[in-house]
Amino acid sequence: MSWFKRDKPAGEKLPTLETGERRVRTEGLWQKCEGCRQIIWKKDLEANWNVCPKCGSHSRIDAIARLKLLCDDGAYLEFDAGLASSDPLGFVDSKPYRDRLLETQETTNLADALISVAGKLDGRPVHMCSMEPKFIGGSMGSVVGEKIARAIERAIEKRTPLIIVSASGGARMQEGAISLMQMAKISAALMRMDEARLPYISVLTDPTTGGVTASFAMLGDLNIAEPGALIGFAGPRVIEQTIRQKLPEGFQRSEFLLKHGMLDAVVPRLEMKSFLSKSLKFFAG
Amino acid sequence: MEVDPEQSASAPVTAVPAPAVSEPHPAWQRVLLARHPKRPHSLDYIERLFTDFQEIHGDRAFGDDSAIVAGLAHFEDRPVAVVAEQKGRDTKQKLIRNFGMPKPEGYRKALRVMQLAAKFRRPVITLLDTPGAYPGIDAEERGQAEAIARNLREMSRLPVPVISVCIGEGGSGGALALGVGNVVLMMENAVYSVISPESCAAIIYRDSGKAEQAAAALRLTAEDLESYGLIDGIVPEPAGGAQENPEGAADNLRGFLRRYLDELSALSADRLVEHRYAKFRKMGNFFA
Ligand SMILES: [Zn+2]
Repeated sequence: MSWFKRDKPAGEKLPTLETGERRVRTEGLWQKCEGCRQIIWKKDLEANWNVCPKCGSHSRIDAIARLKLLCDDGAYLEFDAGLASSDPLGFVDSKPYRDRLLETQETTNLADALISVAGKLDGRPVHMCSMEPKFIGGSMGSVVGEKIARAIERAIEKRTPLIIVSASGGARMQEGAISLMQMAKISAALMRMDEARLPYISVLTDPTTGGVTASFAMLGDLNIAEPGALIGFAGPRVIEQTIRQKLPEGFQRSEFLLKHGMLDAVVPRLEMKSFLSKSLKFFAG
Repeated sequence: MEVDPEQSASAPVTAVPAPAVSEPHPAWQRVLLARHPKRPHSLDYIERLFTDFQEIHGDRAFGDDSAIVAGLAHFEDRPVAVVAEQKGRDTKQKLIRNFGMPKPEGYRKALRVMQLAAKFRRPVITLLDTPGAYPGIDAEERGQAEAIARNLREMSRLPVPVISVCIGEGGSGGALALGVGNVVLMMENAVYSVISPESCAAIIYRDSGKAEQAAAALRLTAEDLESYGLIDGIVPEPAGGAQENPEGAADNLRGFLRRYLDELSALSADRLVEHRYAKFRKMGNFFA
């Protein structure tokens, strides 16, 4: 399996060892489930796509694992892999954005926070985008915006469905208003997809917030979410600070959104492919 | 706009943090002017720029949001729809207007009025002035994100001229939800940002008091946005800022509206949609 759940606080250095071209973290063989608090053998968790075999609680998986789960035979053709941010603002926070990008590119082996591919889903050609939450919080800057816009254009040209799996804290602060405008750019491209009467399914996973929710993640012909995912516009901390009261239990989780009519369905990870397949069969025959 | 590496390498590498001196950083001065207690708000422009303004209310689904004002009006004898974010001036008005922070029903009212205008082929003029979409439990329950997202998509296919003007605070998605225009303008001292300087400072410096530095780093002034190709023009303000002479500020904006309404009215419905799409499609900055 190609992903590893990180359950230690960021900042704590984990031992790494080089195995061929890929870095593998040796974090120990056991992991505590956030859902049931039981100690799970890590291999069992990974074999189950990071869904706890005991309680069904979903922990995050990376963008590549997602594509392997959804694409037939785990096979796909990637597009625009080389698109990278040019740091248009020359932004500096605790470190220069340029350095942060280089470090993140090194640790994730990705140029930015989204992988855009063509593949097959139960034999049907689809375009698919998968977001990587470990890449600066899965945030959306110019590269994510451009890759999605191109994926939409490709889907329209080839007349295929489009699936976008979101996992993002929202627009990327380090690219300022340029990030913000990606929301409009992508939404306008989805208008064209809509006019072309081609299916677009949005899959929301933990977390999907801010400018990503407030643009493409909520614009699917179907908006479906994994169980227990944090989904919202404003972050929970911002809301707490604004209204100065504790938030109710389960607020902004998938089930909360379903109850309030904001999602079409909450679908467990291991049933996602079948759900998508059936939906596409309805839309596209 | 795509940039090649050489071009970008010659661009400034670091945002210059504000030195600890008495004079505020120019970007922060803009933030203060954009939020100035006497700065003209949407209704101050509406009364000066339009005649026969008839406000219409409600989203036909949940309620009426006073943080957004929408109505039918005339601009120099031309029928137009006006949709605007409205802040309050005194404490009572601020509460009524929810400090200019719209809720989902506000964005849905805005869309309803824009689509009404589109049906009758009337141009739409939007005025942006918000600290941001309201972050609250009720707003989340009613789908704040969905309301904004839908506006972005639906504004992009309005078959009529759309002119958006950021008159004060362009607070992230909460402003952009009214901002998908064929022409997007900023008043000279307006700001438009992906995040407020305070929130940005809280994240990057763990200190919301360093908002001045964050304001500089975010490149949120009208000149900044114009340089990145994100807006189409800057409307000059009278000396000292629009609050010193609201009449003058409105006069300046009137000239811009007239010019762009004339230009856009010459385009067919299809061309208008195409023009708007092409404009936003180009926004970005990356290495291929
Ligand atoms: Zn468990």
